[in-house]
Amino acid sequence: MKMDRLKPGALAFVRGLDATGVQRRRLLDIGLVKGTRISVIRRSPLGDPVLYEIRGAMIALRSEEAALIEIGLE
Amino acid sequence: MGREAGDYHVIALAGNPNTGKSTVFNALTGLKQHTGNWPGKTVLLAEGSFIHHGARYKLVDLPGTYSLIANSGEEEVARDFIYFGNPDATVVVTDATCLERNLNLVYQIMEITPRVVMCVNLMDEARRKRIKVNKKVLAKRLGIPVVTTIAKSGEGLYELKEIISRMATGRMKTQPCLVKYEPEVEAMIECVTDDLRKVIGKDYCLRWLALRVLDGDSELIKRVEERVSGRNCKHGQGRLKQLSRRDAT
Amino acid sequence: MDKEGLNSYQGEMPLKDKIVRSIYSQAEETVGFAVRFEEGGSDWDRKLDDILTSPVWGFPIMLLLLGIILWITISGANVPSDILADFFFELEGKLTGYVMLLGLPAWFNGLFVVGAYRTLAWVVSVMLPPMAIFFPLFTLLEDLGYLPRVAFNLDRVFKACGSHGKQALTMCMGFGCNAAGVISCRIIDSPRERLIAILTNNFTFCNGRFPTLIALSLIFMGGLSKTGGEVRATFVVVGMVLTGIIVTLLVSYVLSKTLLKGTPSSFILELPPYRLPRVGSVLVRSILDRTIFVLTRAVLIALPAGAVIWLMVNINVGDKTLLSQGAEFLQPFAALIGLDGYILMAFILGFPANEIVLPILIMAYMSWGEMSDLGSMQAMGELFIEHGWTWTTALCTMLFSMLHFPCGTTLYTIAKETKSVKWTVLAFALPTFVAIVVCFIVNQSIGLFWR
Repeated sequence: MKMDRLKPGALAFVRGLDATGVQRRRLLDIGLVKGTRISVIRRSPLGDPVLYEIRGAMIALRSEEAALIEIGLE
Repeated sequence: MGREAGDYHVIALAGNPNTGKSTVFNALTGLKQHTGNWPGKTVLLAEGSFIHHGARYKLVDLPGTYSLIANSGEEEVARDFIYFGNPDATVVVTDATCLERNLNLVYQIMEITPRVVMCVNLMDEARRKRIKVNKKVLAKRLGIPVVTTIAKSGEGLYELKEIISRMATGRMKTQPCLVKYEPEVEAMIECVTDDLRKVIGKDYCLRWLALRVLDGDSELIKRVEERVSGRNCKHGQGRLKQLSRRDAT
Repeated sequence: MDKEGLNSYQGEMPLKDKIVRSIYSQAEETVGFAVRFEEGGSDWDRKLDDILTSPVWGFPIMLLLLGIILWITISGANVPSDILADFFFELEGKLTGYVMLLGLPAWFNGLFVVGAYRTLAWVVSVMLPPMAIFFPLFTLLEDLGYLPRVAFNLDRVFKACGSHGKQALTMCMGFGCNAAGVISCRIIDSPRERLIAILTNNFTFCNGRFPTLIALSLIFMGGLSKTGGEVRATFVVVGMVLTGIIVTLLVSYVLSKTLLKGTPSSFILELPPYRLPRVGSVLVRSILDRTIFVLTRAVLIALPAGAVIWLMVNINVGDKTLLSQGAEFLQPFAALIGLDGYILMAFILGFPANEIVLPILIMAYMSWGEMSDLGSMQAMGELFIEHGWTWTTALCTMLFSMLHFPCGTTLYTIAKETKSVKWTVLAFALPTFVAIVVCFIVNQSIGLFWR
């Protein structure tokens, strides 16, 4: 399952990344490595981007980025 | 970085965006540089200085970054300053409420230089969120000094200056506990480190450089090579490039 | 779970992933030993976000905050502006007196007192109060951490226009000064989206153009001294700012479909915790860093510019002044877009800094008229009406001011940031084109339907 399918309130963990190059690096750098727990906080008023809690920080990702993150449910 | 030895000490200030790094900078130097609360605020390198026990310290405010692996110009600027600029000490300002992500940068910087001070800032917010940071344990596990601060009220800044001065003048030695990678990665690091030692000698931070070679950071390799070739090490030319090519595959 | 997906992830992990993963697992371990998370911490951040980024309240609050800031600025700036103007005008009388006493020639008084000094006085009395109010208010919001929420709320709109949510931040910065706004575009990582943000930053009303907007809306839309005038003027100003935002979005869209084609790059935006700003330091910093900085720049430009303009108003070529010659040459074209030759001339001469556009205009008009009270809105209104201004002239002047070419400093900054002649030329030509087209359409349609 991809991360963009999650609804606010959901808890999940990262299984892997579909991104390549710099984009992959950036996602890794904010802590989205295999096994990282994430929770979905809220959608922005227009539905996209979505705010996630990642390792104690609040990070907003667009659906395009979230769709690159393969997750498993807790 | 042409500075006279003994004139002043150069201190780099690194950190994630939004850790109050610029507030620490302003509080230490008294410089009125405005700091807003939004990501990526610092885009130019601001410089200021402070005097502690009669000695002068020049503080360089590096761009706020999550990492030093040079995905962006800002990361490259920060990394180059710490690696090529060879500051007398590097202070990493971190957010007490989100240390896990901040430690990513701390560990990366520790690989470049052992002269690192970790400044755990925003302790007031951590308190508000009931996050308790045990700085003794943190310092012990990292092998570097840790200072907790609330930069906007000045709490902990005297101690920070004290530690900066002890480290910059060489009175404090650290033994950073570096990240241990998986055995096969460690084996590769060792192999590349050996090759690097033959090519460029001892004084560059070989473990970190080996990691970048494995990373395939060709830009950095090129720059190191330029430096090496400038230092009568002609046989080394081209070798680094070969190395990076071999290990990238 | 589909098997294919799983397999591709469980296979050999790239080396980079392994490195970062090891760092993070060590970080996790260290935090596990050294940090304790206890129950019952306050979470007003999240509660505040529930409101400020809510689907229902997010946008109204954003608009309301914008309106409140503009309203406080407009209504608060009036009185100190008049006091400053009175003070400077009195001083001007004294200066002229001293010049006479010393037996200096009349041109000396004209060049330095009527030209340089008066322009300076105008710039300070009109610019200082709104800046001294706007910047602290804006800085408060900035320090609180509200701006990234604006980017979060609006990103969907920017995405639709092929640009980056952080462009909202650079636009906010542009309210203070477009040059600062252009520099702040560095926070956008992708070159494509950064260029879009740079090229459109000019459509955000900067502080140098703000006084023009406020003065004209108070005089022509607010109906001076009538009750509720300030509220009406505020609505006009908010409307103008929103128009600017809409133009920004439209131009961004067009750019991302034509010259700057490409797919949106990665978007990662951190929302930092809210932080209670310390009012004292906000005041000191915003006034020292921003107000004084922008004011100094304006003053440095206003002094020589004032002298040059006085010369243009007082040197005759044939039977007319230099300025009149220029204005008459521009008149036919200016009339098409709802301005007159003098207004267009003022915009051109005001290229070094937008702040001096109105002073130039006043001086140009005064070369064949008298304004008794320097800087007073009432007198300014009468002067303009005397020279044939209507509601439409005011509207077109405001639109042109908002949309036209960026000031010299901003253009210089764009050249430095883009390191490209091509983009700098475009940064000049594109807004000018938009300004002419919009003013033409507005003027002609008002002419068609209302006259």
